[in-house]
Amino acid sequence: MDMPAEQLPTALVVDLDTGFVELVREYENLVYSVARRLSRRAEDAEDLAADTFLRAFRALSGYDAARIHQLRLRPWLLTILRNTARNAARDAGRRPDPPPSFEPVEEPATGPSVEELVVAGQTGREWDALLRRLPERQRLAVLLRHVEGLPTAEVAQVLGCPEGTAKSHISRGLQTLRALLTTTPTAEETVR
Amino acid sequence: MTSDDRDPVLSALGGLATVAPAGLGERVFAGWLRAPSRLGEVYVAFTGDGVQFVRPAAAVHDDPTAFAAAYRRRFARPLRSADRAPAGLLPALRGRPAGTLRLDLGALTEFERGVLAATRRIPAGETRPYAWVAREAGRPRAVRAAAGVLARNPVPLLVPCHRVVRADGRVGDYMFGPEQKEQLLRGEHAELDLLAGYARRGVHFLGSDSTGIVCYPTCHNARRISAAHRREFRTVAGAVAAGYRPCHTCRPVSA
Repeated sequence: MDMPAEQLPTALVVDLDTGFVELVREYENLVYSVARRLSRRAEDAEDLAADTFLRAFRALSGYDAARIHQLRLRPWLLTILRNTARNAARDAGRRPDPPPSFEPVEEPATGPSVEELVVAGQTGREWDALLRRLPERQRLAVLLRHVEGLPTAEVAQVLGCPEGTAKSHISRGLQTLRALLTTTPTAEETVR
Repeated sequence: MTSDDRDPVLSALGGLATVAPAGLGERVFAGWLRAPSRLGEVYVAFTGDGVQFVRPAAAVHDDPTAFAAAYRRRFARPLRSADRAPAGLLPALRGRPAGTLRLDLGALTEFERGVLAATRRIPAGETRPYAWVAREAGRPRAVRAAAGVLARNPVPLLVPCHRVVRADGRVGDYMFGPEQKEQLLRGEHAELDLLAGYARRGVHFLGSDSTGIVCYPTCHNARRISAAHRREFRTVAGAVAAGYRPCHTCRPVSA
């Protein structure tokens, strides 16, 4: 049933709509996963992922066969995701603050230790809070390279920079994360 | 910089990857299917909010790819085949409108939605002139604009634009040809010949001198008027001047 990723451009050229079904099947987990880390709420992540695919479809419907064959679909989609997220953030900045997205949970007197965070596999909000403290490029670079496992060449394409620059965004992002983790974070620091 | 399983930070980051929720595809794609209808086989596209687009298979060369292309030009959204029809669709396509049928008209302007909402209220077997639709949509002078909206009706049959006719008694244009329009109207027992006969004599409204109410000739209230009590009018204003009040059901307006 699944189509190898390298056959996707051909499928899109032959029939855009059925090719796009394959494209979404291939990349929906990746696009949603990155969107989830860029969004505070799961609903926002779903909006962002759906919006990304719709924009991609609209772009593809204006492209000729040669252009579709030249696309590197994965970084191309993630570039659209990045731009969509930035537009959404800019639009949200123009509106008054939304209501809180979840009820604040009861905070322990001290936050989780580095060991707890790392070893107990704390996955959601604590890591997001840490990642959110990175500059946008470093955060995206770390997400793409170390959460999603993309090669640095594709990270560079999404960031729109040379590969060497992408590498330094990744390593500086990791450095900052490690530094944040060596000081036991307080609850105040880890939430929001 | 390679990922290293022994590095706790890297392995924790690797554990953050997540999978898409099951409903994501529904947010991206509209569904399509093919179904029998009073216009023959049709292709139908729908979202989670309702039906968006209906086209006869013959109008797209019986080719789902051509239907998808027509849909894409209008809605800029991908289609995937669906195996279940939305509630109420199949009976409505065969001429039995169901209250459960929802339409997704979100891509239209407020005026377009107003025109389609008014048209959707015209009962089977009855007709209304274009001027009525314009008035019902809140812009009584935008008669040509209302006709233009109906010519682009995304959901023919479901919004019965074939029931909107010319004031002169002719059925007028239809997106799939006037013959189809006439056939649909005759199929639901609209009295086209009677209507044309009245129009030729300059009669556009019928009143009952026992109730004092004036209607469009195809209104079910007008059809109950016996010949002895039937009065003929050219304009609503003329009927009002003669002491009649416009029917609350068909809400007649002079063309």
